[in-house]
This record gives sequence, C-alpha cells and structure tokens, in this order.
Amino acid sequence: MTTPSRSMPPESLPSVAPVARLIEEFHKLPGIGPKSAQRLAYHLVRMSTEDARALAEAILAVKEGIGLCGQCQNITDRDPCALCGNVNRDHTAICVVEQALDVLALERTRAFKGVYHVLHGLISPMNDVGPEDLKVRELLRRLEDDKIKEIVLALNPNLTGEATAMYIQRLIKPLGIRVTRLARGLPIGGELEYADEMTLIRAFEGRQELS
Amino acid sequence: MQPVPANKAFADHVYKTDAIVLRQTSTGEADRILTVLTPYLGKLRLIGRSVRRPKSKIGGHVEPLMHARLMVTKGKSGMDAVSQAETVEAYPALRSNLERTVWGIYCAELVDAFLPDEAPSADVFGLLADTLARLNAGEEGMALRWFELHLLAMTGYRPELQVCTQCRGALAPNRFAFSPDAGGVLCQTCEQANRIEERQTPFLTPSVNALKALRYIQHQPYEEARRLRVPSPLANETEGILRFYIRYLLERDVRSTSFLDHLRRQAAL
Ligand SMILES: [Zn+2]
Ligand SMILES: [Zn+2]
Repeated sequence: MTTPSRSMPPESLPSVAPVARLIEEFHKLPGIGPKSAQRLAYHLVRMSTEDARALAEAILAVKEGIGLCGQCQNITDRDPCALCGNVNRDHTAICVVEQALDVLALERTRAFKGVYHVLHGLISPMNDVGPEDLKVRELLRRLEDDKIKEIVLALNPNLTGEATAMYIQRLIKPLGIRVTRLARGLPIGGELEYADEMTLIRAFEGRQELS
Repeated sequence: MQPVPANKAFADHVYKTDAIVLRQTSTGEADRILTVLTPYLGKLRLIGRSVRRPKSKIGGHVEPLMHARLMVTKGKSGMDAVSQAETVEAYPALRSNLERTVWGIYCAELVDAFLPDEAPSADVFGLLADTLARLNAGEEGMALRWFELHLLAMTGYRPELQVCTQCRGALAPNRFAFSPDAGGVLCQTCEQANRIEERQTPFLTPSVNALKALRYIQHQPYEEARRLRVPSPLANETEGILRFYIRYLLERDVRSTSFLDHLRRQAAL
C-alpha cells in the first residue's frame, strides 16, 4: 500500500490512503473545510456498499448526462432545457442571472414567467474576468431574435454584479429592447438602522406609490 | 512623524479602524475574506462572517472601494474578524458609472500590488481616499496620473524625471529616453553607451511635453495639477509611459487594465 502523498489526516485518525484521498477530494468542494471533509469521508466509510455505489453513480451521472442548454446556458440533461422547451413560459422575456443556483432561487418564487440566461460568472476586473469569459456573446445571439421584448437583470447588488449589469445594459441599449433590473432595497426582516448607505440610496431610488 | 496609534480604548481582543476595502474573495458558506487598507495598521486581511447573506449587517458596508469604520475582533487562531461596520463613504457616483468603477478597482489593485503588508500606510490611505473621491466627482485622467505618480513615490518607486539617472546630467530636449530599468530618464549619451555595451533594456522616448507634464504632476499638489490643460494625445502618452513603467515594476499587466482596454475599444466602435 502506498502512503497518501499530500495532506495527511490528523494523528488521531488512521492514515489510510483511500480515506485520505477522499478527504482531499471533499476539501476541494466549496464551503467544505478540513474538518467537514473528514466528517464526510468517515461517514462514507461507515455507509453501506449500496448507498455508496448510489452516491458514486449519481456523481458520475451529472458529469456524463449533463451539459449546458444551447439557449439559456443553464445546466440541463436535455437541449433545450425543460424551461426553454416549455411553450407555456413567456419567451419574450429573458432574466439574466450569474449562476444556475440563481435560477433555482428565482423559480422557487414563481414570480417570473419568462425564460433565463445564465452568465456563469460576473465581470470581475480585479481577477481579470472579462465579458469574453462569460456567456455574454450567447446572450447577444439570442437577442437577434426580434421576439425578445424585455431583459431582466437579476445580478447581485454588489460591485461586480453592478459592473456586469452596467456592461450588459450598454450592449443591449442600441438594440431597443427594454432592460429592467430587480429592485434593490431593504431586506425583509431587516432594520433600517443597520442598513448601509448604498442600500438606503437604492431603496429611495426605488420607492413606490402607496395605492 | 510618529503614526497615530489605532484606537485601543476597547478590550484587548477588539480594535477599531478605518478601512478602504481593496478586494474580497468568497470563502466558506457565506463568508468573505477582505483585503483592506487602513491608515495606521497597514494592509490587513480580515474575515467577514456571513457577509454574503442579504440580512448581514456588515456586508453592505464592506464592498470593494468602500471606506468604512470597522470594529475588528482578534482571531484566537487565524484571521481577525469584522464584528461591526459602518460606512464612512460609499462613493455612490463612482459605483453607478462603469468606467469610474473600473478605474477605482484599478487604483485598489495598484495599492494592493505596491504596498507591502506591514508597511506604514497613512499617506497611501489618504491618497486612495482622495482619488476615489475625485473619481466619484467625475475627475478621471489627471486624478489617475497623479495617483500613479504619487503612489509610486510613496512606495519607493518614484521615477527620476529631472536629470539623467546614470550621470545626473541635465537632459537636452528630444535627446533622452525613459528607462524603467534605470528608474527614470537617461540622457542620450548614457542611453547610447548602454546600447553599445548591450546593457540596454526596454525604453521609451517620450515627447518633451510628456516629460514636462509628468514632472509637473510629480511636483505639484493635486489642486494645481488638475488645472493643467492636457490635450488628449498628450494624456494618452503620459498614461502609456506610466503603464509601461508599472508593468515593468510588477513584471505583469495590471489585471483591471484588460477590461478598461476592452471598454475603450468598444467605445471607439
Ligand atoms: Zn435552456
Ligand atoms: Zn546620462
């Protein structure tokens, strides 16, 4: 048996090569620190072989049967994806989001009846991530279809989200398509006293008539 | 002058400081690691716990390019954590303009690249805060050149623009070069001697007016320098000289310049 090449589990745990490798793999996942990686790995060790196989197969299945939708660039197992292929959705309105998880969050609200476009990132000049690294060209190609009437920018209300929104808005403006963005304001349950200056400025800009 | 110590009126495990957020990276479930510039504690890396959640009381105050007042709790092991934050200046007009936003990011990137972690930082803090305020007020070209030249001076890379860096001799008009390797201008004699001895490194031959403009910016307070009328070919030349010098010092491009160039190419279409 070979010994693990890189990070070793702490002394209290047996340093078994396959377990160390599993810990390493978990550690690469977002939000998983070294402690959680260990807990997950040792949980798997105690799992039944059937359950472990089902998990391994589920992981492989997402890599083998999954790709990006040719229209909205969302993760899908068929092309077009279920949303783009749904004739009951409003195909004249496209909601632009940063990542696939944002589609899930917005779909849970059932507030939007249109279709989506996933950029797979935000413009981040400090990290040299520019428009060519995102699915911006694919968005512009969709806009060549003149049935598109509205673009909803649903990007994070932070510096990179705002920069990306301003950039896309600039590209779309000459096309004469209506561009809207999600209202930015106070979070539900939040207290005015703790709101930052930018949130208050944006909340004032987006104030509404009481009917 | 001795730096004013940070306010330590609280218990030993907390301190208060002003900070401008230079950049942030996401970590964990909803945390961010912030690189901030403080006036008296240099550049710090702090953890902002849960700041990515919409209900965070801290998140909206510690976006990049925000000047905030922070309460920081010392980490027992690892990073100090932001425990409270309030905005001093958010530069809202900068944030609602794409070019100004990217110029602001450019300034933060240069500060991060040129200022060593433990270095005293009061003058650089003042320079960055002033420059962000100028960008916020819609001033660009001169504000940025002034920022670049004065940041270089504060961090030990002040280019010599008066006399030849090798022989200390005066320069003759149109007979000089700018050599990043030499750290400034070279007279024709020294430049040619280097060429013959094959000690030549990349250099530029700026116009006399560009040299004069750079000297003026280097020596004058901003309020004087901003009155200088710089026609756009000259503005482009001075920007190019400084970019050439900065790229040489960093041995790489400043990352945010690639998006700035992209925006300019687009505007030219
Ligand atoms: Zn789709
Ligand atoms: Zn000389």
